[in-house]
Amino acid sequence: MTPSPIPRLEVKNITKRFPGVLANDNISLSILPGEIHALLGENGAGKTTLMNIVYGLVHRDSGEILINGMPVNIRSPREAIQHRVGMVHQHFMLVPTLTVAENVILGMRPFTHHLLDMREIEQDILKIAEKYGLQIKPSELISRLSVGEQQRVEIVKALYRGVDLLILDEPTAVLTPQETTELFKTIRSLTKQGLSIIFITHKLNEVMEVADRISVLRDGKLIATKSVQETDKDELAFLMVDRCISFTVEKPEMKRGEPVLVVKDLTVSDKFRTQVDHISFHVCSGEILGIAGVDGNGQNELALSLSGLLRPSSGKILLNGKDVTHESVRKLNRVGLGHIPADRQNLGLVMDFTVAENLILQRYYCSPFTTTLGFFDLAQIQENAQRLVREYDIRTRTTQTKLNHLSGGNQQKVILAREIDQKPKLLIAVQPTRGLDCGATEYIHQILVEQRNAGAAILLVSTELDEILALSDRICVMYEGKIMGELLNTGEDILRIGRLMAGVTDS
Amino acid sequence: MSEPSTTPAMPKPPASRLDLRSRSGQLWGAVRRSLMPLLAVAAALLVGAILLLIFGYDPIQAYATMWHGIFGSQRNISEVLLKATPVVFTGVAVAIAYSCGIWNIGAEGQFYLGAIGATYVGVYWGDLPGFALLLLVMFAGFIGGGLWAVIPGLLKTWINANEVVVTIMLNYIALGISSYLVTGPMKEASGYFPQTDMIADAARLPRIWLPTRLHVGVILAVILAILVTILLYRTPLGFEIRTIGSNRNAARFAGMPVKRTIIIAMLLSGGSAGLGGAVEIAGLTGRLFAHISPGYGFDGIAVSLIVNNNPLGTIFSGLLFGGLRAGSEIMQISAGIPSVLIQIIQGMTIAFVIAFGVYNILQTQQQKI
Repeated sequence: MTPSPIPRLEVKNITKRFPGVLANDNISLSILPGEIHALLGENGAGKTTLMNIVYGLVHRDSGEILINGMPVNIRSPREAIQHRVGMVHQHFMLVPTLTVAENVILGMRPFTHHLLDMREIEQDILKIAEKYGLQIKPSELISRLSVGEQQRVEIVKALYRGVDLLILDEPTAVLTPQETTELFKTIRSLTKQGLSIIFITHKLNEVMEVADRISVLRDGKLIATKSVQETDKDELAFLMVDRCISFTVEKPEMKRGEPVLVVKDLTVSDKFRTQVDHISFHVCSGEILGIAGVDGNGQNELALSLSGLLRPSSGKILLNGKDVTHESVRKLNRVGLGHIPADRQNLGLVMDFTVAENLILQRYYCSPFTTTLGFFDLAQIQENAQRLVREYDIRTRTTQTKLNHLSGGNQQKVILAREIDQKPKLLIAVQPTRGLDCGATEYIHQILVEQRNAGAAILLVSTELDEILALSDRICVMYEGKIMGELLNTGEDILRIGRLMAGVTDS
Repeated sequence: MSEPSTTPAMPKPPASRLDLRSRSGQLWGAVRRSLMPLLAVAAALLVGAILLLIFGYDPIQAYATMWHGIFGSQRNISEVLLKATPVVFTGVAVAIAYSCGIWNIGAEGQFYLGAIGATYVGVYWGDLPGFALLLLVMFAGFIGGGLWAVIPGLLKTWINANEVVVTIMLNYIALGISSYLVTGPMKEASGYFPQTDMIADAARLPRIWLPTRLHVGVILAVILAILVTILLYRTPLGFEIRTIGSNRNAARFAGMPVKRTIIIAMLLSGGSAGLGGAVEIAGLTGRLFAHISPGYGFDGIAVSLIVNNNPLGTIFSGLLFGGLRAGSEIMQISAGIPSVLIQIIQGMTIAFVIAFGVYNILQTQQQKI
């Protein structure tokens, strides 16, 4: 990195207030040419808001933005792109039924000819992709691409528009470890060509691996900007959450009871392939069984079939000794199954319902929420919500606030509160901390361990090996729908688990 | 953030102050939202005035006539209410289905089937004792419209057929059935006209504002809107309907009976439109003829959309529609303005109201970001 007198982007004293929240409080920072600048902070710290202001999606209340030393007023993404600023959102903005090339040129005008010469455009795209070492096939349909490939398309989309500052909002949240490595390679090759990258994240490891400088945000304020050489993970974590965090969860000796969940020879398949392939395992009360594996190896389908959302094609599921293989979701819920789904916004929550409504999503028809006359008891629903908000420290303005106003961590706490309050005998937690910040992650880990200590059986499905190792008593590793191996968690078998995750058996 | 605080920590004072501020904000928002349709109407009438001027009519005189047509006399007011009644029924029908995430474009057909069912009972079962007959007429209307809407519901849940296409097609079939019945099997015993016999006197809804034609149906419409609101927001079934409408996957995940609820919602939706048809027969016309509805079912879509598919709101948007229809009829007759021009003004008013409504929705969405 060569320091240059004129920063590519400079924001000065940016303040943005949303109803009830000060999202950005007098933030100033600068991004140099060719720099990878990480914006680090917990969910709700104001990272995305700040970048949305730079990209013209949100308008600032006060403050100044300078690009290459010139003050600018960016009112829309189109203007941002004119100033050579691009942004890749956490949720991609691609049309699945169009090809890569079509998506890349989407919304661009004018063209030199009246007709689109797709071949020429595809050639241009390939040239750009080659220049930055991005593997991409312009004629492929978006719907056929993996998440990592789609992200590449988003990056190419920005590059095609000639940006020299690229904002990546939580780019690794949806990626597998391999795809993350690939992305980091890409980012580095981009900066070698002079681009500046702003990298929004809350993952310390990634920051240390890829960033040149790091700005830490907390509660809407800029806490510090550090170069990567002069800081370390502990300090950054401290800056992020304003207190020391322990990366290990305290876990008393396991008191294992009877098997709660027994899975025998379970197979789940659709028309095209077998996602879960003759799996057998069991989970006892008082223990956490971790299912490790790279994303997409059948873990999701396993969890969905266990909770009644996906019909197994063969095999048996026993809950407390009873065959529940073909039971409905509601029946399973009644006999003591709690489920924290991987896709919390799509499965676990109704985003435009209130906190109170989401907290009764399963038990709404039961007493005390519904009276014997068949009407809702609003007072009881409200009381329930207030109690759970208090007990689980859900940060929300009121219990009548809609879920999409809550940060990701607090959304997850709503699910957690709802599921655990029903005192489940078996709790299936799939990626329970994906996309959450340190504070929320630690809290959720604690709750899971508390439940285990209280005698619940917990099936933890996670692609984050750290999480599996920190929480599990036993570990099963899944690969292509099969369980490759099972071991007691001593915390020292990382290499062996890694081999199993890659599909290499012990023998 | 880390401690699962078991001590009952009360909400902090600043939070509750914010709470208050947000509530007054919400109140202001609600006021602004309810003023919007009025502003929209004003804007539409202004543009309409320019149009009238261009075509050489005196807008002030035209609007004066319209005003008179709406509020000028007891009779005129009653006509507004009469025209508002059916579109509140169909508006509520559209709102229920929409709450469940379904576009019911078929309220028109359901209105017809309701009218057919009600007429059948009213004409052929006329010997039944008074009040029982009236109840049965209404029930037949509900069931006629309801079952007609269950068809797209079933097709949607069985084979995921697009409800928009199915309900539109069923409209044509319903119209065809109605035309066939009044020219064939149910044609009046005497005379040439393509219409049925009058239903029994006991099957008629009582008039409530003599000497006008206004009947008790207008009150039924208001009661229906209130009952549906209670159903949607105060009962488990309504919660299921709304959850499915907002996020079908989450409803499935929560163990809700998704398919069954969709069918029930369609039954209630079509039933509301069918009830509207029954009320039109029993309250106003007394008999079925081929084109009993001048498009009440389609107006219902706009009536529901204007108020963001809130069943209670359809009372107000229904009145707006009733006023517009009744007022412009008088404008046409008394001020001699061509009906085409009046239709343009009517259409523009609806377009403006919807545009202002969309603007409102966008405003609230922007606050969310």
